[in-house]
Order: sequence, then structure tokens, then C-alpha cells
Amino acid sequence: MSVLVYTESEKGKFKKAALEVVSYAKAIADQMGTTVTAVTINADNEDSLGNYGAARVLSIKDDALNTFNAKKYASAIENAAKNEGSKVVVVSASADSKYLAPLLAVGLEAGYVSNVVEAPSSVSPFTVKRSAFTNKAFANTEITTDVKIVGLSNNSFGLVESGGTATIEDFSPTVSESGVSVESVDKAADKVTIADAETVVSAGRGLKGPENWGMIEELAEVLGAATACSKPVSDLGWRPHGEHVGQTGKPVASNLYIAIGISGAIQHLAGINSSKVKVVINTDPEAPFFKAADYGVVGDAFVVVPQLIEKLKAFKAQNA
Amino acid sequence: MKILVCISHVPDTTSKINFTDGDTKFDTNGVQFVINPNDEFGLTRAMWFKEKQGASVTVVNVGGVETEPTLRKALAIGADSAIRVNTEATDGFAVAKQLAKVVSDGGYDLIIAGRESIDYNGGMVPGMLAAMIDANFVANCISLEIDGTSAKAIREIDGGKETVNTSLPLVIGGQKGLVEESDLRIPNMRGIMMARKKPLTILEPTDVSAETKATSFEKPAPRGAVKLVDVDNIDELINLLHNEAKVI
Ligand SMILES: Cc1cc2nc3c(=O)[nH]c(=O)nc-3n(C[C@H](O)[C@H](O)[C@H](O)COP(=O)(O)OP(=O)(O)OC[C@H]3O[C@@H](n4cnc5c(N)ncnc54)[C@H](O)[C@@H]3O)c2cc1C
Ligand SMILES: Nc1ncnc2c1ncn2[C@@H]1O[C@H](COP(=O)(O)O)[C@@H](O)[C@H]1O
Repeated sequence: MSVLVYTESEKGKFKKAALEVVSYAKAIADQMGTTVTAVTINADNEDSLGNYGAARVLSIKDDALNTFNAKKYASAIENAAKNEGSKVVVVSASADSKYLAPLLAVGLEAGYVSNVVEAPSSVSPFTVKRSAFTNKAFANTEITTDVKIVGLSNNSFGLVESGGTATIEDFSPTVSESGVSVESVDKAADKVTIADAETVVSAGRGLKGPENWGMIEELAEVLGAATACSKPVSDLGWRPHGEHVGQTGKPVASNLYIAIGISGAIQHLAGINSSKVKVVINTDPEAPFFKAADYGVVGDAFVVVPQLIEKLKAFKAQNA
Repeated sequence: MKILVCISHVPDTTSKINFTDGDTKFDTNGVQFVINPNDEFGLTRAMWFKEKQGASVTVVNVGGVETEPTLRKALAIGADSAIRVNTEATDGFAVAKQLAKVVSDGGYDLIIAGRESIDYNGGMVPGMLAAMIDANFVANCISLEIDGTSAKAIREIDGGKETVNTSLPLVIGGQKGLVEESDLRIPNMRGIMMARKKPLTILEPTDVSAETKATSFEKPAPRGAVKLVDVDNIDELINLLHNEAKVI
């Protein structure tokens, strides 16, 4: 009956989103008067999940699951949920979790709601608030099935440390065969991804050309941030497609979003609006982004960004 | 090859989003509807398969009569035939169930859907459909090549991409990259004339009930005015981000 949560790891290390979904699952478990069981796949330091509210960890160690495979992972989690008799399963909003969740939903005959932004307003009926219309609105959504799957939007709940401890049990699920196999993975090592980042530094056409991205990358590095861009910038080939954010690109739900030389078109804002704090740097005081931002600097990026980098470095040195 | 392209009918990206009936219904007043952008990339890739490798392309929507202009537009772009399953699209599960029936009755080899629809943003229909019909599934698909019954696809992952090998029958959740923006086609007069004569079949729905239900909608709280910081006072920006916003 426990709330089951799938905690993603990469090369053994838990993603930040994994700790966030455990914190969130704990809030649901408290509402339902039950406990949290986490499922891990080839992760290290499983006991660290106790601190975020997991009472038990089902630890799967299986070489066949070394590379992510949606169908195999979904079947393993389905197996765990059935074993536990869980009525609620929580997953994150990472690309992998969003890939496996619909498969899991069919396997568990569970209603699935994605992009959920806060703890359920009620557990009976089970009602959650999700973002819809690409962040232009929220939909309060009831899940009517016996088993429910909740996909939590990144950075929407935060980490809650409860100081608990978890017991760890080995778990060997039955894993389905899959007709999809990975040939190669092309991923920048050690770079913060837009999905995981707490801060995103994003730049637009105002930067004039790809040769000017050095300062954007430097600013991102100082802040430990991911880099992103507006759609025309990736269309022009100045930056890779994977950096394009907005309604038709990647969604951003960071704590801090810094937009440099981006006008703030409705399609851009739609994708980044769920970021908590937004800063705009733009030469044009009439740019629509100023209506959507919390903080703004009317100024030339080529003047402001280098200054910001210097001052942030000094600030970091002081607060180190 | 028989290709089915799933088309969701969504408000144009510039639409203002409002609700009626005590915030329980999306207000379609004055809203222009379009082919979901992710589906438009998929449809264009389907046309490429048709022209280069030989394939028939059917488009499908689960929805009311109001979605027919969107299906006609897909026909004008070049799809051979269209199907509308005549029922309200209540949730992702119910839509996937209707589509599963269309696929098993029609014997399609490749089902191209979008990564997500930009209205509901469920991101669940293609995966659920694949699981229901026991087909292979690739999400966030940005490249697709088919050779006989083998397929090679690239999917976007957090921070990069992954190349996978798979085979038909296959469902993809597609997005930009399947084709580029410059490859998208605006229907021409001839296409529009031909679309009028192409078959648009209306199927009655199978009996399924939704698993989730949107009970009410809200809009984000209006935000306070932006705080402007002078260009010569970047220290103040750092101060605000540290002490007030607490994000650095
Ligand atoms: C169907 C559809 C979907 C779309 N989806 C997306 C999407 O997902 N994401 C997205 O981003 N866009 C999307 N768009 C495009 C969107 O409408 C805008 O065209 C785009 O966001 C503009 O990008 P930009 O702000 O970089 O460029 P511009 O609009 O050209 O803005 C550049 C800004 O830089 C400022 N500037 C110039 N020089 C400087 C300087 N030296 N220092 C500081 N500022 C400077 C200018 O004042 C201006 O405000 C979509 C459009 C359509 C039709
Ligand atoms: N009512 C519908 N009719 C046909 N296809 C749909 C419908 N709703 C969603 N789809 C398809 O499923 C994809 C993902 O939609 P969603 O799961 O709603 O985000 C869309 O891009 C479409 O390809």
C-alpha cells in the first residue's frame, strides 16, 4: 500500500529530481497515512534516500538494465508496484521518466497525470494540479482509477530533508524483452542539463552571432547553470537544437532563468514561465520580456554580461 | 508501408488562453486552431517516406466535427486519407484506446504521433498507444529512417541524444528534427482542391471511459511589476538575487 517512487540515477548517482520525487512522495504518503518505498536501478548510496522520506528501498542491480530502456524499466517498476500493492506511483519529469510513464500506466491500468506542480489538494478523490496549455494555465485534475501515477514537474516541490533512514532490500524483477536497442549515446559529459538545472542562462538573437556565446557559457559556468537559447538561434544553427526552449522546444522549470537578448515572444515565454525567478537583459525597454520578468536590466548584453560575470565571481569568492 | 499520422487539433501558439463555465471549460471563442506543431513535423516526415520510399499516409484525429478543417489541412499538405473518431478527446488514455482500435483495424506499420500536444501537454498518447498494441516505441524522436521492416531513430535525451535500432510496427513521439522548419509545407491551391475529394472517414468510437478528468482550470497569478536595475549598478542585481529572491 506504500507510495512507490522511481528514483533515477546516472552512473550510480541519484539525480536531483530523484530526491525531489522522494520528498514529494513523502508528502503524499503523509496525506494517505502510509510510507514511501523507492525503486532504484543500479544506484549507489541508496540509504541516502531515507533522508528525503523513503522508509524502504527496493534495490535492483541488473547488468541488463545498465543502459536505459523504457520498456524494460517500466516492466521492472510495474513489477515493484504490484509487489508492494502500491496505489500511487510517483515519477519525475526527466526525458526518461516521461518516456516510461505511459508504458507503466498501461501495465498498471493506472491513470497518469504529468506536469504536476504541487502536492495533491485531496487524496480522495485524488486531485492534483498540473500545468497545461504550455504553462499558460493550470488544470486541477482528478485521477479516477484505483492505481494512480503522478509525474512531478522538476523544481516544483523542492527537496525536503526529514532525517529519516531507509532499509534496503534487494529486488529482482521480471523484465520484459524490448524491441528497441541503443546503438550509441551522444551526451556532453559533466554539463548541467536544462532539465536538471537550478539555473538556466539563455540567450537570443540579440547576441548577433554564434561567436558571441563565449560570455554566455562563462556566465553559466560561474552560476553552475545550463545554457539555453531561443528558437531562431537554434534554427539559424548558432546553437544545438537541444538548447531550444519554449513552447515548441524544451520546457524550463528552473529556480532562476536569465534571458539575454531575448524579446519575450509568447511562444518563448510559454515554455519558461514556470521558472520561479526571471531576469531579463535587453537593450529595448519595450521588449515584452520585461512584462514577464521579476528583475530587468535595460542595457547592452555586451556591456552587462561581462560585468555580471566579474561581479558574480567576486561574490562567489566572498561567499565561498 | 502504411503510415498513420496522429493529429491533435490545438490552439495556435499565439492564442490567449481563457476559460468559461466557472473555469471548467477552455474558451474557444476567437481561438484559431492548427495542426499540433509536433504533429506537423511528423506529417512532413511521412510525406517524405511516401515520396521517397513509397507509403500510404492516413491522418487521424479523435475529436468532434470542429476538428475536420485541421484534418483537411493535413490532406491538403499531402496525406491520402483521413479518419476522425467521432468522440470528445477526454483524456490521453481514452484517446490512445480509440487510436489503438484504428491501428489494429487498419493494419498500420508506422504510427507517427507528436512528443506532446501543446494544449494539454500530456505527453502520453503515443506511449500508451504503443503499449496497448504492443508495438515498439521511441519518444522525443528527432530522426527516423526506415529500411524494410528495420528502423533507426534518434531520440533527444536530457543533455544530448541517443541513436536506437528498432523495427516495425513502431510508434514514435516526434518533434522538430524529424524534418526542419524549412521543410514544412504550406498547402497550395491544388492541394486544397485535391483535399476536398480525398476520403475523410468518420468512425464511431469504441466504448471507453477516461481515467483522469480536468475538474477546473486556473490561470497563473498576475505577477508584480519587474524591478529594474540600472546598468551601472549590477551589484544591486546580485544583491537582489541573493537576499531577496534567494536564488544565488
Ligand atoms: C509556431 C511557433 C512556435 C514557436 N516556438 C518558439 C519556442 O518554442 N521558443 C522560442 O524561443 N520561440 C518560438 N517561436 C518564435 C517566437 O515567436 C520568436 O520569434 C522568438 O522567440 C524570438 O527570438 P529572440 O527573442 O531570440 O529574437 P528577437 O525577437 O529578434 O529578439 C531579439 C531581442 O534582443 C534584443 N537585443 C538586440 N541587441 C541586443 C543587445 N546588444 N543586448 C541585449 N539585447 C539586445 C532586442 O531588443 C530584442 O528584444 C515560435 C514561433 C512560432 C510561430
Ligand atoms: N485527440 C487526438 N487525436 C489524434 N491524435 C492525438 C490526439 N491527442 C493527442 N494525439 C497525438 O498524441 C500526441 C501527444 O499528445 P498528448 O499525449 O496529448 O500530449 C500528439 O502530438 C498527437 O500526435
